[in-house]
Amino acid sequence: MAKFKKDGGRSLPAINTSALPDIVFMLLFFFMVATKMRDKEMKVRTQLPQASEVEKLEKKSRLHYIFVGPPLDDRLGSTPRIQLDDAFATVDDIQQYITLKNSEKDEKEIPYMTTSLKADKVVKMGIVTDIKQELRQVNALKLSYTASKSID
Amino acid sequence: MATRKRDIPEINAGSMADIAFLLLVFFLVTTTMDIPTGLQVALPPITEEPPDESKQKKREVLEVLVNANDQLLVEGSLMQIDRLRQKTVDHLTNEGRDPNLASTSTKAIVSLKNDRGTSYDMYVQVYNELTAAYNTVRDDYSMAKFGKPYSKLDPQFEPDKDKIKEVKAKYPKKLSEAEPVSLGGK
Repeated sequence: MAKFKKDGGRSLPAINTSALPDIVFMLLFFFMVATKMRDKEMKVRTQLPQASEVEKLEKKSRLHYIFVGPPLDDRLGSTPRIQLDDAFATVDDIQQYITLKNSEKDEKEIPYMTTSLKADKVVKMGIVTDIKQELRQVNALKLSYTASKSID
Repeated sequence: MATRKRDIPEINAGSMADIAFLLLVFFLVTTTMDIPTGLQVALPPITEEPPDESKQKKREVLEVLVNANDQLLVEGSLMQIDRLRQKTVDHLTNEGRDPNLASTSTKAIVSLKNDRGTSYDMYVQVYNELTAAYNTVRDDYSMAKFGKPYSKLDPQFEPDKDKIKEVKAKYPKKLSEAEPVSLGGK
């Protein structure tokens, strides 16, 4: 068996940890920047309705967003408008939008794509029905009426 | 005056890493908070011919109508929204007792119709109540049969898969929405 070294032998030099904070800070900044909500700039008000039976939408990458609501800018009136990405759109643009967004995705993922409809409470069903028809036309059949969880 | 240069004591930066870690964890946790939630709907695929609803026996269909004034009409009579859930549960679990409600749960259909002028808020509430009714009956059935509510069954867990299938077969979610018809006016 090997003998233990006697005390007073060469001591291990302390590991220099003075760079550790820098590394951690670097990570910190990375996360601060990278996880910044790259949310779309909202042009319409979406005060969501409440529901008790909501389910979590699992993957954010598998979502299309459609916003419907009265414009935030008062000068544009109060008639509910549709917003796709960062711009106002009409019902007729939805098919093209979904097709375009789907083309960016992996083909295997397309059947799992869910459309998250964020509509304001005051929106009338007419416009929602039109959107649903458009979605059916492009075979985007998974829809989620985005609602906040109510305390039952 | 002291002429001798004094050494500046070194600042202990050992805890800096801890502080930075704390911040890091904070950001990691907070940035995942915004999980979108919503009522999941499966839209019916578009077909050339709309299904003929008149073929369905009247007793199997629970007709729910919401008009432009956000009034709720269930089977032809006005109803407050807080009673809709119980009514739907009664319909689904009737099993032929009441001649006006469904004969068996597997045939029971809930038909939802709305006007173009119905508010989205009201529609979501009605849809929520109907979903809640389905969830309630499924939970109760699963609880009685397997001792575990349906919502707690895990679709990834092998022994639960058959249970889920059975509950779904017993209470299929036949929530039909009428093809939109333009009735004129707003």
